[in-house]
Amino acid sequence: MKVESQNFIPAAQIAIRNPNIQEAVTTGTRNSYVKRNIAMSTPTLEHGEAMRQQAAEAKRRALRNLPDLLETAEANMKANGIVVEWAQSSQEVCRLVVEIAKKHNVRLVAKSKSMVTEEVALNDVLEAEGMEVIETDLGEFIVQIGKTHPSHLLAPIIHMTKPEIRDLMVKELGMTPTDDAGEMTKFAQAHLRRYFLEADMGISGGNFILAETGSICLVTNEGNGRMCTTLPRVHIAIVGIEKVVETVKDYATLTQVLPRSGTGQVMTVYTHIINGPRQPGESDGPEHVYVILVDNGRTNIYNTDYAEALACIRCGACQNACPVYRSTGGHAYGWVYAGPIGAIVTPLLVGLENASPLPQASSLCGACKQVCPVNIDIPRMLLDLRHDLVERGETGKIWDIGIRFWAIGNKSPRLFQMGGAMARFGRNHVLKNNFPGPLGGWTDYRDFPNFAPKSFHQLWKERQAAKNSNNGGSHNG
Amino acid sequence: MAHDSKRPSPKGKKVSLFVTCMIDMMYPETGMSVVNILEHLSIEVDFPMAQTCCGQPAYNSGYHSESKQVAIQFLKAFKDSEVIVTPSGSCAAMVLHEYPVLFEDDPHWKAEAERIVSITWEFTEFLVDGLGITDLKARLSQPMTFAFHDSCHGMRLLGLGQAARTLLGNVENATIAELNEHEVCCGFGGLFSVKMADVSGAMLQKKVKNINASAASVIITGDSSCLTQMNGGLSRKGSSKKVRHIADVLAEGLAGEGK
Repeated sequence: MKVESQNFIPAAQIAIRNPNIQEAVTTGTRNSYVKRNIAMSTPTLEHGEAMRQQAAEAKRRALRNLPDLLETAEANMKANGIVVEWAQSSQEVCRLVVEIAKKHNVRLVAKSKSMVTEEVALNDVLEAEGMEVIETDLGEFIVQIGKTHPSHLLAPIIHMTKPEIRDLMVKELGMTPTDDAGEMTKFAQAHLRRYFLEADMGISGGNFILAETGSICLVTNEGNGRMCTTLPRVHIAIVGIEKVVETVKDYATLTQVLPRSGTGQVMTVYTHIINGPRQPGESDGPEHVYVILVDNGRTNIYNTDYAEALACIRCGACQNACPVYRSTGGHAYGWVYAGPIGAIVTPLLVGLENASPLPQASSLCGACKQVCPVNIDIPRMLLDLRHDLVERGETGKIWDIGIRFWAIGNKSPRLFQMGGAMARFGRNHVLKNNFPGPLGGWTDYRDFPNFAPKSFHQLWKERQAAKNSNNGGSHNG
Repeated sequence: MAHDSKRPSPKGKKVSLFVTCMIDMMYPETGMSVVNILEHLSIEVDFPMAQTCCGQPAYNSGYHSESKQVAIQFLKAFKDSEVIVTPSGSCAAMVLHEYPVLFEDDPHWKAEAERIVSITWEFTEFLVDGLGITDLKARLSQPMTFAFHDSCHGMRLLGLGQAARTLLGNVENATIAELNEHEVCCGFGGLFSVKMADVSGAMLQKKVKNINASAASVIITGDSSCLTQMNGGLSRKGSSKKVRHIADVLAEGLAGEGK
């Protein structure tokens, strides 16, 4: 997918002025956030915080042993009859999928939801090779017919209102107009059924790879994942290398915090543990199962202080909690991963110089870390990325100069008080209620108070002088 | 409150006020409110005149070396202090959370930074958790309904929130109401509000809506930065509601009754 993250500020402005996006994103994120808080705390879950710490530790441990775990996972998957491939880049992922598809004479591909295939823009490549590709997750399906991109990790069309979805389905699919969400869903399901039955190949992502047993774990809510991974002759799971976990026990913990954090569900409607292709004597399942383990920049992150970002289990809780995401929606972030986690992994995966506004797109409020099921210290990493930007000289001259002057003024008590007096004069006597230059944005939305006539330093000095003269006075008296 | 274990009891010690740069220049009366409350409790207060800023604006913008220069001035200004109290959760969090990071590899300043971290308190946690004072025996001259906005750094980095509610809850004539989304950021975020003014403005509009919908006529915060943002938005929208610093309301209650 093309990276447009340098465009964050103007894209955010457009989203903020779009009442549909505002209504849809505000409602969608708020609902999930409220449900998440209920699902992760008493009385629903008495040991929510402990479970969160346990999940965090499971992913940290997996990351510490990642190279070994990946080898174990590969060996155990192979033993289960799964063909394991490794892809370093997005081009390699696409090439491998095309090769596999050609080998099995694939014409129609049914896809279950997968962010990593968005990352590598797989659909475009398969279509260019003459295959038909259909997204079967309802949200992704709407994204596909609308020719856009998902704007949220779990809810791809969180940015759309119901009337917008209705109009799109009427226009693109000839649906009889209805405002009933159930009717709309039924229509889409009926439309998709044919593809499930006729698809030659199913493509899915993977929420976890279980090293201990060589299994692919998938959680879905619509059943489409099960259709995609059981009905077609061939199944390919395309999974980032960071998704591997060590033991069944770890998986048991993680698969509890994932739905609770994402949608507030105690568990998803469908949980799949895929252990390989159809065995002799079994009545269903694909003839061939492939796993493509995707690097695409992940080992670069692994070798830095930002490795913790790879602990992410893509639950979307940070997006739902983030007041910035709630205001801008996901598309403004300009790539696959939006919101707080996107503000970290996007620059890390595509290069800081291609996503330099994203680390700034945060008030550092910390809501993301608070809800993260694996306790990723997102605010800390945003601070570190901002520091990297400064070190690389990529924050802009005006800030370099401004902050240097600020530091000079604030490391000397005398200059600090003089600077304060100058700022007071400037604010109270020169500036009106629309500030110039880079400060102008402030007064677009808010009034700025006048400075006090006297600083606390001055008030304190006067108070001490008065005290001393009083004391002196009483002595004399 | 992860820091309590590290911080010795501040009871019976002289307090040095870190007033914060923002209160110094824009809301000095809030600094005086803190002084008045502490002196009312017979605590000796001093104000080291060499203090400037904690260094947070540069730190949060990624300018660590500039931030450190200012933080060193903080260490110098408070070198003789036994206890530091500041009416800001955000500035307290800068000292308590970030000074250990900022001075981690600095052999010259590390020890002094650690000492400063062990004696720094946000104003409300100083009273309630530090001194064990929950009731100032204050009284407002007339009944008033308040609601709390939980400022992010204080709430999430220092675990603040209950202390201020306890103190105000015990003030006679003060009623506490709910503020919807009281835990959601107001959008200030320091230079974020300048660099990403539109996003910050959008966050503020939601806060203003929630404040206007609250039964409270006055919103309480422990940070003058959030207060500036929210009052700026309320005033622009012509709202009759106001945001006030917890110290100002408590001091008003003491002035009405105590002295």
